[in-house]
Amino acid sequence: MVKEIERAGIPVVHIATVIPISKTVGANRIIPAVAIPHPLGDPNLAKAKQKAMRRIMVEKSINALETPVDSQTVFEG
Amino acid sequence: MGKYKIVHYLNQFFGQIGGEEKANIPPEVKEGPVGPGNAFNNALGEEAEIVKTIICGDSYFNENTEEVQNKVKEILQDVNPDLLIAGPAFNAGRYGVACGGVAEVANDLDIPVVSGIYPENPGYDMYKQYAYFVETSDSAAGMRNALPDIVQLIKKYIEKDGDLGLPKEEGYLPRGIRKNIFAEKQGSKRAVEMLIAKINGEEFETEYPMPDFDRVDPVDPLEDVSNARIALVTSGGIVPKGNPDHIESSSASKYGKYSIEDIYEMTSESHETAHGGYDPVYANEDPNCVLPVDVLKDMEEEGKIGKLHEYYYSTVGNGTSVANAKAYAQEIAQELLEDGVQAVILTST
Repeated sequence: MVKEIERAGIPVVHIATVIPISKTVGANRIIPAVAIPHPLGDPNLAKAKQKAMRRIMVEKSINALETPVDSQTVFEG
Repeated sequence: MGKYKIVHYLNQFFGQIGGEEKANIPPEVKEGPVGPGNAFNNALGEEAEIVKTIICGDSYFNENTEEVQNKVKEILQDVNPDLLIAGPAFNAGRYGVACGGVAEVANDLDIPVVSGIYPENPGYDMYKQYAYFVETSDSAAGMRNALPDIVQLIKKYIEKDGDLGLPKEEGYLPRGIRKNIFAEKQGSKRAVEMLIAKINGEEFETEYPMPDFDRVDPVDPLEDVSNARIALVTSGGIVPKGNPDHIESSSASKYGKYSIEDIYEMTSESHETAHGGYDPVYANEDPNCVLPVDVLKDMEEEGKIGKLHEYYYSTVGNGTSVANAKAYAQEIAQELLEDGVQAVILTST
């Protein structure tokens, strides 16, 4: 899905836990997620903390969309 | 050689531990065969037997790949089997990747691996060189055929003492490995024969299929995110409560388009997941952890992004065929372009 949307000319950032799969399906901007059943949350944290963590991940995703890349790039850290 | 000693790798489901709620269990070892292993043992008869079974949760494997691979390595070094059976995994993505990851470890230890997989499973392309993958159907309903196919390949492997022939002849999927063989005709003659067959519109078979590099070059980044319209798309199956379009929990035949214009965060009352391939507890309790609507609405309000597109798109990426996913995404992309969307955040589970 990532590939077809990007093929249409829209930049896509893929938030996914299993990075090798994200690479196999051809994502160019990849943000590592927390876990398969809760990519942008962590049930061990309180609600407010989860949201703060999610905010950081989304900001990272937006930064990735602003960053020029010339090949598949995983935005770590 | 005596009876072949086999170790079998299974996920939590086939290992009879549980469903998605047990997908996060770490690897464990059981004596003898478990679940489909019993049928393998019966069919293998006197030639081979499963002596141990390794069971690991699919999510646990994919979230802790290195750790599980190290553990599997220890187990294999300890048991020192003659062969490993992984799966079969059908079109279960995490399971396919796990079977491939286990095959990689076994391959390093010179232990041959036989597995079964649906060719679109990402685990096949990622790990094809490490195992003899028998082609299976896309769902576990294909176990009836997968089982004898795998057993047949193992028997051939034992009979030929590991010297298997070409994938097509022996019944496994291509591994992308080239082997030197003696041909009766020289290369130029074979090439000309192929060409003549092609000109005559007859069937011919290439000796070296060109790799399928379907890559899309990265699109230029956003220039002004504070004025950009950004859309959310997910394969994690987040739908309005009640799943109004009845998107299937696996092998989805459709996608949904849902308004989030007046929604500032997703709640357990407003939304849920239709996805049958992961433990739904967390997504149902807080759908924002799959589709971060709450955070993006805040950022829109603060002027950090121009606009969160009023609609999000959702399907279930669980055993969904590549052809279908491709078609959905093409339609979605067309609509997004028409609506002036400049970037997409796509979340996957």
